[in-house]
Amino acid sequence: MEEIGNLFHGFATVLAFRDMNIFGVTMSIPFNVILMVIGIVLGIIIGILPGLGGANGVAILLPLTFSMQPTSAIILLSCIYWGALFGGAITSILFNIPGEPWSVATTFDGYPMAQQGRAGEALTAAFTSSFVGALFAIILITLLAPLVANFALRFGAAEKFAVYFLAFCSFVGLSKEPPFKTLAAMMIGFALATIGTDQITGQLRLTYGSTELIAGFDFLIAVIGLFGIGEILLTMEEGLSFKGRDAKMNMKIVVQTWGKLLQYWWLSLRSCIIGCWMGITPAGATPASFMSYGIAKRISKNGKNFGNGEIEGVVAPETAAHAAGTSALLPMLALGVPGSPTAAVLLGGLLIWNLQPGPMLFVENKEFVWGLIASMYLGNVVGLIIVLTCVPLLASILRIPFGIIAPIILVFCAIGAYTVHNNFFDVVMMLVFGVLGYALKKCNYPLAPLVLAMVLGDRAEEAFRQALITSDGSLGVFFENGLVSTIMTLGLIALFWSVISAGISRIRGTAPATA
Amino acid sequence: MIQSKSTSFYVAAAALGLALSGTPALAQWEPQRPVEIIVPAGTGGGADQMARAIQGIVAKHNLMKQPLVVINKAGGAGGEGFLDVKDSKGNPHKLIITLSNLFTTPLATDIPFNWKDLTPVAMLALDEFVLWVNAEKPYKNVKEYLEAAKKGGFKMAGTGSRQEDQIITVAIQKAAGVKFTYVPYRGGGEVAVQLVGNHVDSTVNNPIEAVAHWRGGKLRPLCVFDSKPLAYNEKVAGDKPWSSIPTCKSQGLDVEYLMLRGFFMPAGVTPDQVKFYVDLFRKVRDTQEWKDLMANGAFNTTFMIGDEFKGWVAKEEKRHYELMKDAGFLAKKS
Repeated sequence: MEEIGNLFHGFATVLAFRDMNIFGVTMSIPFNVILMVIGIVLGIIIGILPGLGGANGVAILLPLTFSMQPTSAIILLSCIYWGALFGGAITSILFNIPGEPWSVATTFDGYPMAQQGRAGEALTAAFTSSFVGALFAIILITLLAPLVANFALRFGAAEKFAVYFLAFCSFVGLSKEPPFKTLAAMMIGFALATIGTDQITGQLRLTYGSTELIAGFDFLIAVIGLFGIGEILLTMEEGLSFKGRDAKMNMKIVVQTWGKLLQYWWLSLRSCIIGCWMGITPAGATPASFMSYGIAKRISKNGKNFGNGEIEGVVAPETAAHAAGTSALLPMLALGVPGSPTAAVLLGGLLIWNLQPGPMLFVENKEFVWGLIASMYLGNVVGLIIVLTCVPLLASILRIPFGIIAPIILVFCAIGAYTVHNNFFDVVMMLVFGVLGYALKKCNYPLAPLVLAMVLGDRAEEAFRQALITSDGSLGVFFENGLVSTIMTLGLIALFWSVISAGISRIRGTAPATA
Repeated sequence: MIQSKSTSFYVAAAALGLALSGTPALAQWEPQRPVEIIVPAGTGGGADQMARAIQGIVAKHNLMKQPLVVINKAGGAGGEGFLDVKDSKGNPHKLIITLSNLFTTPLATDIPFNWKDLTPVAMLALDEFVLWVNAEKPYKNVKEYLEAAKKGGFKMAGTGSRQEDQIITVAIQKAAGVKFTYVPYRGGGEVAVQLVGNHVDSTVNNPIEAVAHWRGGKLRPLCVFDSKPLAYNEKVAGDKPWSSIPTCKSQGLDVEYLMLRGFFMPAGVTPDQVKFYVDLFRKVRDTQEWKDLMANGAFNTTFMIGDEFKGWVAKEEKRHYELMKDAGFLAKKS
């Protein structure tokens, strides 16, 4: 129970009043709580702007915190991180533009919901699920930090590939489109992911001597183009107006949605577990959201309706993304390995404050670690309150005429694309991807597999080849120990699930329920 | 009164001198807009940490009127960042922090870039490399380690491909007559954890990347790839200071390698502009924060500017060419 004592000590640190000299008047204020609110609001703004992700936001503000105490600084920065996690869902639901990579899966059902006039419901579901996911992960960190850190150590290259393999498999065959179109879209994604530097040999691939291509295509550029620009083109064709303008805009919707969410407790719990697992290993929030969505679609009895505005399709990815995003901080603190790009920037901050991430941090800098963990609890509560009160306001954005909002979205997309690498070429590529996205949608090719392959393709390839290097080219490495074989087997089951379930049905003598 | 009179005289004289000469030679050059620091590597790596630390130190001590902005351009093993600076000829508001990919990237790929396309500013430090093994393993010194490695099947993990970690690996192979399987990973932190998790047999991590695991009792340093032991006597892990790690050469493994942490500017900038940044880095080096950073990562704090630095870089390029030629890492020129 030592952890609980430490945690309450942490709460005391966060909530402590400090005498501050403000405009010549000395006042006693809860300095850290104010920082928390500032951080969350900044984070939400950063999350809404596509391209300007949490990692960039934290990196820009990091130097400002060097004159603060480490505990206050990490509270401000981690609250920006929470805010960005919350904010990413907003544009995904309202405009089909994922503000962050892990919000892509949220668009699949969130955007159709908004089009049906259920934007408030979708936003509430997304924010609440985010909170639940994060809370679950924090409790896990509080109670099991050392144990979980050791679990992460068991993941070598083969285990990592197995995790990516499972993410792909749980997503294959999900689409309503013909399997070959899904496969074609996925292959385009893999091909795009190979452009640039080959991580294993250090050589350039598919750049054809162009220096613009050596960095490859950033996944964010593709997402902003395919989803954001593509959607604007489609809307223009369909009559220059947003659907879903009659969205309900009062706080009652929040309470009503909460009532609905309670029945999905099992879905939430499952998504939490998937998220924590992916965050710790560390595969990250993006695969977690995709995997959780995929599995939910398979298991839910409304599975067939996923993609048409099913609330479960918002709950699953959001819960998992936040559980992953939060638990990603654990390997950073305990092992010094960042589980996400934002965690990587925070890691740099720790070193500058003269704190050494790693196993000794929990022993030597107790006040800092538990202050941070306590701020995770409080930061998420503060964040939830802020975003929920904004739901009616956000939903009303859809009432602004398309003619006014579309140019604004275009400008934000362009700024977002530019910020990713400070490169004008990326803005051009965003427009190219926009046209590609429009064409693919018109031909009924699903975009999700393309995006999934693009975001995980090079990571999966890298882990696959690392594993084969260590095993001298033997595929046996993927079934070498209990852990990796279990994950691989789960992946294979997911891949052939429709065949297996049909087989089971036939044995039972009934017709297969779903094809 | 006399005092103020003489001051105004000087001001008048200076103004006259300026007007006559027609050049602002007397006025010190200063940045007119925010200065970008390009990092040719990802966020969280050694170069990135150093750039961000400098950004923080400059902001905290108010060493410059304009802010510093850190931008990561990691694509193409850093080629993206180098090309960006190469294309910014004459722009005095751009700096780039380098690691060994200043040499290795143009040699290993066809990216059209060479350090001579840049203006050298200053070497701020050299990063050390240490041979690490898992603390559970029986070998306690280099000799025992190499004997075990000679049996074959040893896996060495490192950052990137055909870059510093792999160059050192090849050099060890050559010096000791052993054969490793080299496994490339994305970042130094990940490499260290692979070793802690016993997925590989050894690494050549920088001190700062592995120190936390050393202190946690998970990793054991065998030797440092420098000509003399590290110059830090404070106790780091238990009762052991950095200086307790012997040099590899003293252990019969004749391999030396240090990595440049220095700054460059685009070509075509004036000596005045270079001098401004040299002075800035001198001020940075005098701060306590910088000294803490150096001690934390057990850096070699050699400082070089001007022709001395240029000469060092030229020599180092030649050395990398030889090392990479021996290892067969040079790009096939088509």
